[in-house]
Amino acid sequence: MTEILVLVDHINGAVRKTTAELLTLARRLGEPSAVFLGAGIESARDALSKYGADKIYTVDDDALVDYLVAPKAEALAQLVEQVRPAATLIASSPEGKEVAARLAIKTSSGLITDAVDVAQGASGPVTTQSVFAGNYSVTAQVTQGRPIITVKPNSVTPQESQGAVVEKSFEVEVSAAAKSARIVERLPREATGRPELTEAAIVVSGGRGTGGNFGPVEEFADALGAAVGASRAAVDSGWYPHAYQVGQTGKTVSPQLYVATGISGAIQHRAGMQTSKTIVAINKDDGAPIFELVDFGVVGDLHAVLPAATELIRKRKS
Amino acid sequence: MKIVCCVKYVPDATADRKFAADHTVDRVGVDGVLSELDEYAVEEALQIREGADDCEIIVVTVGPEPARAAILKSLQMGADAGVHVVDEAIHGSDAVGTSLVLAKAVERQQADLVLCGMASTDGSMSVVPAMLAERLGLAQLTFGTEVAVDGTTVRVRRDDDAASEIIEATLPVLISVTDQANEPRYPSFKGIMAAKKKPVQTLTLADLGIDSSEVGTEAAWTKVEEMRARPPRSAGTIVAADDGAGAERLVEFLASQKFI
Ligand SMILES: Cc1cc2nc3c(=O)[nH]c(=O)nc-3n(C[C@H](O)[C@H](O)[C@H](O)COP(=O)(O)OP(=O)(O)OC[C@H]3O[C@@H](n4cnc5c(N)ncnc54)[C@H](O)[C@@H]3O)c2cc1C
Ligand SMILES: Nc1ncnc2c1ncn2[C@@H]1O[C@H](COP(=O)(O)O)[C@@H](O)[C@H]1O
Repeated sequence: MTEILVLVDHINGAVRKTTAELLTLARRLGEPSAVFLGAGIESARDALSKYGADKIYTVDDDALVDYLVAPKAEALAQLVEQVRPAATLIASSPEGKEVAARLAIKTSSGLITDAVDVAQGASGPVTTQSVFAGNYSVTAQVTQGRPIITVKPNSVTPQESQGAVVEKSFEVEVSAAAKSARIVERLPREATGRPELTEAAIVVSGGRGTGGNFGPVEEFADALGAAVGASRAAVDSGWYPHAYQVGQTGKTVSPQLYVATGISGAIQHRAGMQTSKTIVAINKDDGAPIFELVDFGVVGDLHAVLPAATELIRKRKS
Repeated sequence: MKIVCCVKYVPDATADRKFAADHTVDRVGVDGVLSELDEYAVEEALQIREGADDCEIIVVTVGPEPARAAILKSLQMGADAGVHVVDEAIHGSDAVGTSLVLAKAVERQQADLVLCGMASTDGSMSVVPAMLAERLGLAQLTFGTEVAVDGTTVRVRRDDDAASEIIEATLPVLISVTDQANEPRYPSFKGIMAAKKKPVQTLTLADLGIDSSEVGTEAAWTKVEEMRARPPRSAGTIVAADDGAGAERLVEFLASQKFI
């Protein structure tokens, strides 16, 4: 068996769900080794071992948090040179993709981004991607170097499997060149108490049809334990923060259930939600393109349908 | 100051995008446009130029013959000159190959500032800017939602998953901007007329000193095995709201699927 590196996605040691997914996928390819960059390993250790990390490489260097992307790519490149993994798996976040991009150049290795599935093939990992706003499904392989694959959140259900967890601290040499884009300020996002948009099993989104009132959307979401999303039209109108935008220039979500309310279903919106397992829409226009995608649709006013449905769900639950 | 703006020619997202027989994106048989997300990069360059004394904007594109349209649109918006890298051998390159060609073309310009879009609307990999920064040894300020240039200091706001960050670097730098950064202008009639006289240089791989074996399908570090059109989703159930009956059926559906 061979080692598979998994770059841990964490916030000060709080491991994000995508890492459990990556470890689960890594076990199909070999023995997962988690790579933990920055401080906070104490809080992360259990989560990593629970999902099968046999090794944890820790790299704690101030440069990793003080400068953008480049130091992380350097640290990972040095580790790849030493460990010679059969593949490196990274979460498909903006930062994850950029670390992967620089790693690819540094290690002369092929890169596949936004995989929705990874399997072991005869000559290495075979990835599946969903392209052109989900209209095509593509399988691909890396043909040079040590495959680097970024994987979209919610691509696989995390499965627990206790790993051996041998911990090794790894010293890196961060070059002066990698310390050129300094992070001078960091404003953490305020917690909403709802699940993280990209990790949630259910997402309920509102669009221009909300008319600026997201109350019914939020209440319906809370009844289902869902995250709240928004279309760009709603974000551009200042009704909901950009961090919750779903689509080409927002977040890509792939939940078990996606509910689009007052959203027409433009191609750029679809690009961010079309791989959702089940799709539901509420729209007062029966000709809205979103209805082409749905498993279940209600033609009607969201301001009437959502509160009524919320009430029914609460009744069922109590 | 010299700004190089990297713009891509892509199939129109609202048209029927498809693949050619060799598994590459069909860029010739479909309507193409300047990638919408690169308009934000061009606009940002124009706004930086407005605040600078002496500033020149060169747009660079790597792509087949029709890709010249992407340069033209940028010139109409107000960029000063274009560079079009076109060579049969580039066909089928992956992001690694494209970034190599782009890096060589950009390097010759000795720019203070390189601007990119956040992603191309066809590949949407969001990796070429980081690859360029890596190859050119430039400070990487990517996914900018606000850009401020003050003398030789550049500050960019980046809204990432977990936090918003302010990132600072000294020229030369590479910036990519998102669609939050600005509102791209439409070319004016004057701009359209002026663009006709603006210089566009055409370069081949040989001009850039790149061996054709380093790019294209054969040299790509990734290989597409198979592609399938997504099977059409089976038609869903659509119901009318009908005074509460719609909500009831919706909740029944959600319960039947175990979401409640
Ligand atoms: C470069 C670029 C990037 C983009 N990126 C994104 C992106 O990331 N995400 C994104 O979402 N969009 C994106 N867009 C915008 C996209 O093209 C659409 O404009 C946008 O998705 C429309 O949002 P909407 O569906 O909320 O609004 P609209 O298209 O205006 O649709 C509103 C819908 O609400 C319905 N409605 C109205 N009132 C009610 C009611 N009371 N009850 C029920 N239904 C009602 C209407 O029938 C209509 O179907 C992008 C565009 C560009 C050019
Ligand atoms: N062929 C190309 N020619 C010029 N610029 C490009 C090309 N491909 C990508 N870019 C630049 O890199 C950005 C991100 O592209 P991508 O990594 O493909 O999503 C684009 O917005 C462009 O600024």
